[in-house]
Amino acid sequence: MSKYLTLSLTLLLLSSCAKKEGIIAAGPNFEKDLQTALIQAKPGAVIELPEGTFNMTGTLSLTVANVAIRGQGIGKTVLSYKNQTSGAAGIQATGDHFTLEGLTIQDTKGDGVKINDADGVTIRKVRAEWTGGPNEKNGSYGIYPVKCKNVLIEDSASSGAADAGIYVGQSKNIIVRRNTAEYNVAGIEIENSEAADVYDNVATNNAGGLLVFSLPDLPVKGSRNTRVFNNQVYSNNTPNFAPKGNIVAKVPTGTGIIVMATHNAEFFKNAIHDNNTVNISIISYLSTGNPMNDPTYDPYVSAIYVHDNQIGAGGTNPAGLAADIIAPKFGKLPGIMWDGIVNAKDPDPHICIANNGDTQFLNYNAGGAFKKVSSDLKAHTCTLPSLTAIEIASLGTH
Amino acid sequence: MAFVAHALVRAASTLVSTPVVPLVAIMLALAGCGKEVRSHLNEPYPKKLSVWKLFTGADLKPNRGVIPYELNTALFTDYATKRRFVWMPPGQPATYKSDDTFDFPKGTILSKTFSYPDSQGKERLIETRLLVSSSTGWVALPYVWNAAQTEATLDVNADPVEINWSSRNIHYVIPNSNQCKECHDQSKVTGPIGPKARHLNRDFDYPEGRFNQLAYWTRIGYLQGAPDHAPKQPVWDDPSTGSLDARARAYLEVNCAHCHSPNGSASNTGLYLTDLQTDPMRIGFCKTPVSAGNASAGMLFDAVRGHPELSILAHRMASDEPKIMMPEIGRTIVHHEGVELIREWLASLDGGCDLPRPTI
Repeated sequence: MSKYLTLSLTLLLLSSCAKKEGIIAAGPNFEKDLQTALIQAKPGAVIELPEGTFNMTGTLSLTVANVAIRGQGIGKTVLSYKNQTSGAAGIQATGDHFTLEGLTIQDTKGDGVKINDADGVTIRKVRAEWTGGPNEKNGSYGIYPVKCKNVLIEDSASSGAADAGIYVGQSKNIIVRRNTAEYNVAGIEIENSEAADVYDNVATNNAGGLLVFSLPDLPVKGSRNTRVFNNQVYSNNTPNFAPKGNIVAKVPTGTGIIVMATHNAEFFKNAIHDNNTVNISIISYLSTGNPMNDPTYDPYVSAIYVHDNQIGAGGTNPAGLAADIIAPKFGKLPGIMWDGIVNAKDPDPHICIANNGDTQFLNYNAGGAFKKVSSDLKAHTCTLPSLTAIEIASLGTH
Repeated sequence: MAFVAHALVRAASTLVSTPVVPLVAIMLALAGCGKEVRSHLNEPYPKKLSVWKLFTGADLKPNRGVIPYELNTALFTDYATKRRFVWMPPGQPATYKSDDTFDFPKGTILSKTFSYPDSQGKERLIETRLLVSSSTGWVALPYVWNAAQTEATLDVNADPVEINWSSRNIHYVIPNSNQCKECHDQSKVTGPIGPKARHLNRDFDYPEGRFNQLAYWTRIGYLQGAPDHAPKQPVWDDPSTGSLDARARAYLEVNCAHCHSPNGSASNTGLYLTDLQTDPMRIGFCKTPVSAGNASAGMLFDAVRGHPELSILAHRMASDEPKIMMPEIGRTIVHHEGVELIREWLASLDGGCDLPRPTI
């Protein structure tokens, strides 16, 4: 009897070992084994990475749906791309219901992790970083879902990105929460996207903390229905190190939040302070000075609701236009600035500003040669209906 | 025999003035030798290339029904020589499409073999990529040739191969099967890129003579619905085949548009480089870069008429650094002649772009 017991125990042990065949062994073949596993993965697979630092030479790619790549934690499983010789990104995924969890991605030539055209993206406890600190030669984006649906980025971090640390572009139904973005050009950026909740994040020591943008020339148009709340956006005063030609190169160093060419955005209960140019900036794309060749593009803001934020000191050492024109003309810079550029066909863009303490405001009327400026908040004493909270129904089975 | 019979019927019904007899004679002669091509529509796919029976000899001598073809303008792959073949199940011709890839029957096998001359000038086969129309759609299968050149083995994630060619060393990267998809997927559906009418519409030296490929495919029962006058892309480096503009656009289409198109893997950039694209902004003219990072090298636009030196497009083609180079995969060295063509083309155009005003 005991013989049979031993046998069945052994079988049990063996079968529990078998479940772990998803672990990629550390060793000289780690990169190749991992890429092969990603190619051969079946939907539902969890590919587990061991603790350790692994030197990667090329982009890892995944096209299968419903696959999770799971390391042992930030700083424990480290993929270092310092010696990358092929591909630009660190990890590139296109499969739906993708999960990346528990690892650090370092020093990629291009983007840290890029997810393209996927429905269902979970990035959890992932750090994408460039270890040499801010440098224009760093990759563009740390965590980079683009053209995706149902995106969750949480408990993650990025630093050193020469564009945006955590960037969600041309996507729909998005939650970005409890992340930290430091020493990037832009900390967190939501661009040409619809229905995003951005909350409980920390954006500090970037050139610009948190951006909500709509840009021309992109296949997915417009930026709408964005809620930004309970974030800490402070001391974003790292000199802008973006390469020229990129839109973020135009972000003035020392900016907390910029909302540009966006419709229906709500900013509330954020703590925003010590951003040396401005804490909150509301602008039209026309303010970038870039020529526009896209006739379908709407460069104006509308329905922007800024309320119940704690806005502290700021604007004490401005860069760009704020330094060159606004400060000399108007003296002390306010916490919230608007360029005042409106669509002639829709002269009231509904910019509502309420309950932000004693924060000052300035409409610097960039479209009117900075004349007839106004710091009167009365024109903006209004409320807008609160936007709906985002729910993500389908994130895969992991 | 079914194939031959079918070919005969097609030949009899479609040939008017082309020499039918030698073709039929050759096909009949071939009918006697070797075994038939076997297509495999389901996993697991054969580990050995020889199992497909596409070739009857070591030097890629095609089996019966395996037809070589060429493209007017082809993708640059580190100066490798490429030999392409198509095989289709008997009696099921592909359906002609004017702009898109032909509609091929299940079981179709497209093969492309990459080679370099060795130090004695003898062809050294590196890899053979199969695209097979399987029961679940097209699949990409990369086979790597052994040193003895006797067999190629399926390897979905092969190691790079060191090539010494023309007194230079090439760290030749065999794409893994995900990288196959990076180019071959449109909206996540894998498919062939090359076999479109405008790419195939050219003459080819067949054993039985020189014929237009579309006419030949029609004749042997591999294509139905082709018009008398199909669109035709120029040969990028042959000025007798088209204008500088047409040749540059052909080059960009073949080298870039598999990703840079509305359903390709670079669709998010909004830079679309098919030769059918007519919106100048989508071709890159005065278009600001989206996610180029420092690959923009401080330039403001993807392409500037009259100014190749201000065009990110030409800059990225001229680079072999992983972060900067375009295409991102498929080459490790610069195609100088291609870069030259694009620079010449950009320089020939009038226009320029409005410069941004200072930031406000």
